[in-house]
Amino acid sequence: MTQAPPPINATKHMKKLMADHFLGLDRAAREGSPKVAWCTSVGPAELLLSMGFAVYYPENHGALLGATRMATEVIPVANAAGYSPDICSYLTADIGAFLKGVTPLTAAYGIKSIPKADVLVFNTNQCRDVADWFGFYARHWNVPLAGVCSHRGLGEVKRHHIDDVVSQFKDMIPVLEKVSGVKFDIDRLRETVRLSKECTVRWRKVLEYAALSPTPMTFFDHTIHMAPAVVLRGTQEALDYYDLLLAELEQRAAEGVAAAPGERYRLYWDGMPVWGRLRMLSETLGGLGAAVVASTYCNSWIFEAFDAADPFESMARAYLELFIVRDDDYKERYIRQWARRFGVQGIIFHDAKTCPNNSNNRYAMPERLAQDLGVPTLTINGDLNDLRCFSDEQARTNMEAFAEQLGEQAA
Amino acid sequence: MPITAGIDIGASATKAAVIQGEVPARAELIGAAVLRSGVDFALSARQGFELALAEAGLEAQRVERIFSCGYGRGNVDFAQETRTEIAAHAAAAFRHFPRALTVLDIGGQDNKVIKLDDQGRRISFKMNRKCAAGTGAFLEEMALRLNVGLQEFDGLARSARGEVTMGSFCTVFSATEVLAHIRKGVALPDLVKGLFRSVLKRALEMDNLDQTVVMTGGVAAHNPYLLEMLSEMIGRPALTPPRPQLAGAEGAALLAMQSLLPRCDQSHPRP
Ligand code: SF4
Repeated sequence: MTQAPPPINATKHMKKLMADHFLGLDRAAREGSPKVAWCTSVGPAELLLSMGFAVYYPENHGALLGATRMATEVIPVANAAGYSPDICSYLTADIGAFLKGVTPLTAAYGIKSIPKADVLVFNTNQCRDVADWFGFYARHWNVPLAGVCSHRGLGEVKRHHIDDVVSQFKDMIPVLEKVSGVKFDIDRLRETVRLSKECTVRWRKVLEYAALSPTPMTFFDHTIHMAPAVVLRGTQEALDYYDLLLAELEQRAAEGVAAAPGERYRLYWDGMPVWGRLRMLSETLGGLGAAVVASTYCNSWIFEAFDAADPFESMARAYLELFIVRDDDYKERYIRQWARRFGVQGIIFHDAKTCPNNSNNRYAMPERLAQDLGVPTLTINGDLNDLRCFSDEQARTNMEAFAEQLGEQAA
Repeated sequence: MPITAGIDIGASATKAAVIQGEVPARAELIGAAVLRSGVDFALSARQGFELALAEAGLEAQRVERIFSCGYGRGNVDFAQETRTEIAAHAAAAFRHFPRALTVLDIGGQDNKVIKLDDQGRRISFKMNRKCAAGTGAFLEEMALRLNVGLQEFDGLARSARGEVTMGSFCTVFSATEVLAHIRKGVALPDLVKGLFRSVLKRALEMDNLDQTVVMTGGVAAHNPYLLEMLSEMIGRPALTPPRPQLAGAEGAALLAMQSLLPRCDQSHPRP
């Protein structure tokens, strides 16, 4: 057994921030103030925050259901209610848990149930499932559902795409004003966008530390420490948190701390995490001397385009320029760049059964990248949340065989 | 001359091989055993090893190094190291056919396509998805449905005059299809040949079977006609080592022997 890497101290602070976040939402939902808005992870959170909403991100709850492995117990409840086992298992886990009246927030923070929404705001830039997911709750609570119906599969992000999304943001404002009782204020939006941009800059720096060899943090750490970038961006707390983490990373880097002790191979992870198996995956890969240094998933919270000077347009651009919204040529170029910069020797594609949107192996991209980059690729079949679609043994054998292959090539 | 052993604990069968040689490329198989894995992998590993030793007429102490592979590789407490079955099958196939290869291993529970360069280094590998389609388990299930011993499948397929087409990926759906064909009065050999074809189609879907194709694993061992059908499908002869079911165990033993060599010669299984 390889020795465990030293823990990251900032984690304690992050846990407190997350507790405050959920307790604040719970209070808001119980007291009716501030109003609660549900939002997809990639926005338009900035708009909602600027209007004083307490913003709740159901995907984060989905990931918690996965990480606590409650998901696999509750997904069948949603399946029985008509939500297919083939669709997003964040959706099926979340709705299943709701129908069953359970949430991991109870064990973690003593919170009885997820915060009831006053309004639900989605963005289909990632997938259609989010609209269906939020639609369930809109019907259940009889609350307004608003959203951006986004363009997808984009090569270049063009003027008309941006104009369209901006106008959809603006159309939402009257609904949001009505629910919140707060008048939209462009200066508050500017300030929120500024904070989000600052958060993005810091998060990117965190990820870039993994270009060091050995890396002081791996993908598996990133999946935990990205939480503030997801749920607290647009707030000062997120910035303070990343300043703290960056200082610690600087120190780890100076001391040559290896997050995967004995790092021999550097890998790229494409696709969703397998939330219920993070530890198994990180221990298996770590035990093989493999550090996952970069990932598409954790990079998804880098919003380069945010610009306080032009909040609407820059939000539209930021949400459209994301990896998941782009065509395969763009995605390939993107992975190639990161893989080269981070000096990876192999790429793991996670083919998540219930999320085609984040599974980039299905149209021969691994084959093309292997050829272009001259590095081997491995596809692991699994899922973000539904562990019925994941085999520990098969994943383990695949990873071991991949490490053997990398070893043979290095010899 | 060094003697090493390999134990391959598959989901259905345990295989053991004892080899002897100066170098892996010239090693000889001197003892082997195949038995059911059962539920106690540690026990079947030990039994397999003892049977292989008995065949070789050796005491356990004579064996310098033991590697295990396969599904239960972690359960072999007397093995010094483990390797994946992918490494092991590749090593065995390359030992018999030292050239750029595509190794197709059809096992009890899973299939693998492994590509090797002309030095025996792995270029890529693919395992089947989490599904029994196209594996030994599929044929077992069908034998059960047809109430025919699995060992009769090869002869039946070979005697077929025609062949039914199986349409589905899924083992359960295939079982329904089989029943429908039986109801229609389709001849049993034609049905079995259709099942063989289905196994091969699943394998061909996994990757391009280019280069020299070598088939390993228990299914190839018990069904030589499958190899003929595969050859016909790829338009050139597919090869198989002398005892394909032992490929994993033999490969593990070869890798164990390799590890005894001075460091500079260990990089990969050169002929
Ligand atoms: S992108 Fe995938 S995981 Fe995320 S909400 Fe959509 S379907 Fe679910």
